[in-house]
Amino acid sequence: MTRTRTRTLWLVAMLAALALVATACGDDDDDTGQTSDTTEADAGEAPEFPAGSTMAEIQQAGTITVGTKFDQRLFGQTDPRTGEVEGFDVEIAKLIVEAIGPDVEIEFTETPSAIRETALEEGTVDMVVATYTINDARKERIDFAGPYYVAGQDIMVPAGNPMEISGVDDLNGKRVCSVQGSTSIENVREMAPEAELTEFDVYTKCADAMRDGRVDAVSTDNVILLGLVEQYGSDVFEVVGNPFTTEPYGIGIPKGDDEFRTFINDRLEEIFTNGEWADAYERTVGTVDDEVPEPPAVDRY
Amino acid sequence: MEILADNLDRFVEGIGATISLTVVSWLAAFVIGVTVASLRVGPIRPLRGAATVYVELVRNCPLAVLFVLFFFGLPSIGILFESKFVSAVIVLSIYTGAFVAETVRSGVNTVASGQVEAARSLGLGFSQVLGLVVLPQALRSVVAPLGNLFIALTKNSSIAYTIGFIELTGTANQIAVENAEFVTAFAAAAGAYLLLTLPSGLAVGALERRVAIRR
Repeated sequence: MTRTRTRTLWLVAMLAALALVATACGDDDDDTGQTSDTTEADAGEAPEFPAGSTMAEIQQAGTITVGTKFDQRLFGQTDPRTGEVEGFDVEIAKLIVEAIGPDVEIEFTETPSAIRETALEEGTVDMVVATYTINDARKERIDFAGPYYVAGQDIMVPAGNPMEISGVDDLNGKRVCSVQGSTSIENVREMAPEAELTEFDVYTKCADAMRDGRVDAVSTDNVILLGLVEQYGSDVFEVVGNPFTTEPYGIGIPKGDDEFRTFINDRLEEIFTNGEWADAYERTVGTVDDEVPEPPAVDRY
Repeated sequence: MEILADNLDRFVEGIGATISLTVVSWLAAFVIGVTVASLRVGPIRPLRGAATVYVELVRNCPLAVLFVLFFFGLPSIGILFESKFVSAVIVLSIYTGAFVAETVRSGVNTVASGQVEAARSLGLGFSQVLGLVVLPQALRSVVAPLGNLFIALTKNSSIAYTIGFIELTGTANQIAVENAEFVTAFAAAAGAYLLLTLPSGLAVGALERRVAIRR
């Protein structure tokens, strides 16, 4: 009798443990506590929105939570001195929220790649602007406005390019590093199947591995590579400059909120034409990229 | 659920990587642990000191930190292991070895002092006393805590994924990201870890009953 009871207890304990693990996995609200508010100073007129729309709700609340990267140079990175997040993604978020209401306060929350969909689904963020490549798998769980920028996957090599890598085909047979779960690593897997892949959780590990001679090349979006060159020095690394993909960066919002999506798309087109988009680019990515690209066409699917 | 069926072969491969990493690291950790424990109870003062320093340094440093220091730090002083598997085995066995050493030492302390005295009066030297009399009894009394360490090692092996060694957790992460299905992939990983650790727990229990010293 005691034996069966022990066994039942065991089962219950195991199930409880499994349930705990499952909820812990689901509960991905990464409250880093590190938030920074950025109220736009110029008090313009707040536009009117239909009652019940996300824009009206945000306007009424006076605050919006935006998910972004906190460690992505040029796009979204915390300034250690001020604690504020800075970068192109942050500027884009500000430009969009500005149009909802000049007094709306933005609370930036860190959303690393792995938790972006979950954060939107669970409502811990209202939108995500985080070097977020638009793709179909993601569209099944969330919706994308934009794109607001088209990056391209490129290759970074040690300065002087000792292996003479000039394009994606040359990656076959080489040791290539990228980040776990990124579209970049999938692209290398498809376009250079003979490449020997190394995967880390962050790009700086790839950069360190290349500096130590563990890998021959690092491949991901050109803007990220430019950020690494800026960080490590152009005497250490260089970017090949031959992009082989197009990575449209979109703005993630909860699935099904078409009104909000249309609003963001309209606003994006507005800043594309009035020059605010180009200004934001120059202030951020422009510090390592001299040429301001043409703004992309918004995809209203 | 579909993603599990579609990626079953990769999960199996990930489980295999976890098993080989765990088993190889365990064997190395066991050798390190018994050696260090012997040094700590031994008569040679410098070796005793060195063993103590090793245990205290390693035991008090988070495993994830050790991984990064070993893999990304050592190359700057010219030490570089090309293989991620070898690197992971070294870090995991050094880390687990410290705990094994402490566990074995506690087992040594349970051996009655009369045993040692009897062995010495028979004319056995230190290594004979240790190897023939003390350690066999000590190890038998710490089967359960060693089993705990083995289970902990199985789970700790997941941290090898921070240096790019793709085992079970790494595989789950890859599949999760590719399919945007985090909960499913990681729940599967949790289940797979249970498949590995529950039988080890049972095996340890059985072993313990077999070798227990009945007084």
